[in-house]
Amino acid sequence: MLARRYGLWALIGVLGLVAVLPLPDFWITQLNYIGLYSLVGLGLVLLTGVAGLTSFGQAAFVGIGAYTTAWLTLNTGMSPWLTLFVGLAITGVSALIVAGITLRMSGHYLPLATIAWGLSLYYLMGNLDALGKYDGLLGIKGLTILGWDVGQGRGFFVLSWSVVVLASVAILHLLDSRAGRAMRSLRNGTQMAEAMGIDTLRYKIIVFVIAALLASISGWLFAHFQHSVNPSPFGLKMGIEYLFMTVVGGVGHVWGAITGALLTKLLEDHLQVLLPQLIGTSGSYETIVFGIILVLTLKFLPNGLWSLVDRHMPKPQRAMDWAQALPLSARTKPEQGELVLDVQAIRKTFGGLVAVNDISFQIKAGQIVGLIGPNGAGKSTTFNLITGLLSLTSGQVVFRGKTISGQRSREIASQGMSRTFQHVKMIPDMSVLENVALGAHLRGYKGVVSAMTRLNKDEERQLFKEAQTQLERIGMGAYLHEQAGNLAMGPQRLMEIARALCGDPALLLLDEPAAGLRHKEKQALAAVLRQLQGEGMSLLLVEHDMDLVMDVCDHLVVMEFGTLLTQGTPTEIQESPAVRAAYLGTEH
Amino acid sequence: MDFSIASILLLDGLTNGAIYALLGLATVLVFTVTRVIFIPQGEFVAYGALTLAIMQTGRVPGTVWLLLILAAIAACMDIFSAWQRHHRVVPALSSGLKTLLIPAAVAGLAAWAAPLQFHLGVQALLSVAIVTAFGPLVYRVAYQSLEDATPLVLLIVSVGVHFAMTGLGLLFFGAEGFRNPPFWDNRFPLGPVMLSGQAIIIGLTSLALIILLWLFFERSLYGKALRATAVNRLGARLMGISSHTSGQLTFAMAALIGALSGLLIGPSTTVFYDSGFLIGLKGFVAAVVAGLSSYPGALLGALFVGIVEAFGSFWASAFKEVIVFTLVLPILLWRSLSGGHSDEEH
Repeated sequence: MLARRYGLWALIGVLGLVAVLPLPDFWITQLNYIGLYSLVGLGLVLLTGVAGLTSFGQAAFVGIGAYTTAWLTLNTGMSPWLTLFVGLAITGVSALIVAGITLRMSGHYLPLATIAWGLSLYYLMGNLDALGKYDGLLGIKGLTILGWDVGQGRGFFVLSWSVVVLASVAILHLLDSRAGRAMRSLRNGTQMAEAMGIDTLRYKIIVFVIAALLASISGWLFAHFQHSVNPSPFGLKMGIEYLFMTVVGGVGHVWGAITGALLTKLLEDHLQVLLPQLIGTSGSYETIVFGIILVLTLKFLPNGLWSLVDRHMPKPQRAMDWAQALPLSARTKPEQGELVLDVQAIRKTFGGLVAVNDISFQIKAGQIVGLIGPNGAGKSTTFNLITGLLSLTSGQVVFRGKTISGQRSREIASQGMSRTFQHVKMIPDMSVLENVALGAHLRGYKGVVSAMTRLNKDEERQLFKEAQTQLERIGMGAYLHEQAGNLAMGPQRLMEIARALCGDPALLLLDEPAAGLRHKEKQALAAVLRQLQGEGMSLLLVEHDMDLVMDVCDHLVVMEFGTLLTQGTPTEIQESPAVRAAYLGTEH
Repeated sequence: MDFSIASILLLDGLTNGAIYALLGLATVLVFTVTRVIFIPQGEFVAYGALTLAIMQTGRVPGTVWLLLILAAIAACMDIFSAWQRHHRVVPALSSGLKTLLIPAAVAGLAAWAAPLQFHLGVQALLSVAIVTAFGPLVYRVAYQSLEDATPLVLLIVSVGVHFAMTGLGLLFFGAEGFRNPPFWDNRFPLGPVMLSGQAIIIGLTSLALIILLWLFFERSLYGKALRATAVNRLGARLMGISSHTSGQLTFAMAALIGALSGLLIGPSTTVFYDSGFLIGLKGFVAAVVAGLSSYPGALLGALFVGIVEAFGSFWASAFKEVIVFTLVLPILLWRSLSGGHSDEEH
């Protein structure tokens, strides 16, 4: 933590020194461009490194910011400090449209759409008379603050790098918050995030818009720094170069964006001089080197150059400052014995195959119900139908008196049904505590802006307190700060249960919680389940481990080939000839 | 606009559309088999057209040297990976030589034939052979070791390859543009329009290639292997279909299609080292219409793009590209509303 905190101060110190030392003006100009590139790169870190989306059209958003301020200041005489917001508004709306259209579909449509979008905007800027066609707009005034010229040289250096540092800090704050954790969950598929109640589409759109807004600010600064705009710095080639910088620098780290911008600019300057000398004619040969570097980086250093630095930094340990935090509000729980879940003749067909054939059963409050059956019986499908991951073909699911069939999994989660997954789904590079806090997503409400400005501290403390409580409740108190990806299978499954518990559920659904556990771990799991039951929780268990099932369940539902074979108490099931036949075959 | 202008535009659009269709098909092919969104598809177009143009002047095209360099790199990579596996000299060297064999033969043939100024048809054939040989090498060098990466990483690799190939195009062809002679310069009156021989060749070649592709995928074992890989990579691998081989084969086909498109488009427009990108991207728009998965869809999409482009250039020629590329947004909107497939576990 210390190295990291000092890192930021060190950067600010270096920037301050650069501003006052008598460095050549050329250096300052280069650093100004690097700052502008870094700002765009920061957006790409959020988009590509954090959320697993990407865009080749960031240069187009830079262009919107630049052209908006250029046109407005030249034609209406508006103050640049106002046109900044007009630019941001136009960028935001365009980004919303692009994102809203493409983000519903598979991940690769967004980059394709941004390519097309970047191209068409480039040709639009180059052909509109009002924007001066390919010559662009000239004579844009520099920026001033209270009469002080910050339009060029050192003044602009201080201004632009202040924006970069502020944006970096804001993004670091964002990533370490409720909204940021939701964003970090986007990269690993949407199932788990949705089951935690996260509206993944909404967060993807938010991330895309934030990245576009950062690009727009960079464009605004760019226009006033250059005193002119023309389409070429906003074309697709530049859009691709922004991505190049960020990937080479380290797309997963905020500082990677700045590293990438710095190295790319320096490399580009040298190559543009060196290569034409080497080859004998002028031309943008540096793209060859850039292309090769990009491919090599992805092959050998997929997390970019900054990961070389990051590797040697100690991992920060979260300060546990939430002992005094107020508990999160809890929902009213059903009375003991009240009907919690009523599954009514649910059916799922995939084409001609009936995977789940009119299954009905009930769960009452405080009961542990086991759903068992041979492989391929349709247990997990039933599970996914109840939790809304799959849509029902027919039938109905009623949860605490309300029909929930037809709802999305996050809507179902918001009513107090939490689940775990057959194959553990987690965010391996977050700590156990952060992973578990994801489960409490729906119990917080602070968004992006309060995260960036750290106005969310109280709520963060409440969320972490809840996460810690749930981890301790199931005996995971020793693992709070462990990186989730380092856990063994047993603790991983327990972590998933703690995460589900963080949602304050009335019904907990566990999909094969004992799979891959060792004997001792299974015994510990059984103890945890009984303890939860003792606290009034209702549970539905899909499990293959008969010892565990017979040990903890009050009621068993047996499926075979998608149909309900029988149901009853463990003793009844053990004595049932039909169940024996299903598992062991019949004697002929 | 009267009927005759409309029909001229329509013919123009269909001719260009046929070329976009080929490129769209290649894009769909590459994506379904390897999950690579192959941005540099257009580079093969430019390489094809320019290789022929340089041959026309009696010089040895720079692509020959580039091919040899790339083949040498690929051979070194093969020798290295075979050495890591067996730690024996002979298998390592032989795997390297195998990689080197075809590109070296093609390059040698081209270097011998170029100054002799053979007939246009022979030169065209040689140009296609040179560019096709690039396909597997590009796959070997840039993509093969990243086969299991996410589509996102592969896409960024594609961007890197595009950058490198464009720059190399500038290095080996220079900044000058070339226009190739038509393969058949007769003209036939057809109602109000003159049907050029080149348009007929474009139409027939596209049709023939589409039929050949169909036959390849339906009737040949390799075609079926590629389809199997497209459906399930792991399953195909377990059935003994090497994902390296299917990747290289796919890229060879993509390069072949690209080179052919380059030859077809060469006579009707001046081709520069970086012209391929825009042409390729229009093929892309066509492929996006087809959701990157359907071949007939890509064909229809391409014809549509070609016609929109032709009419766009008539009404608002400056905004031709704006119209074509903005078209992607409503198409995507329509696809997201009608298809609505989500991106689970990509």
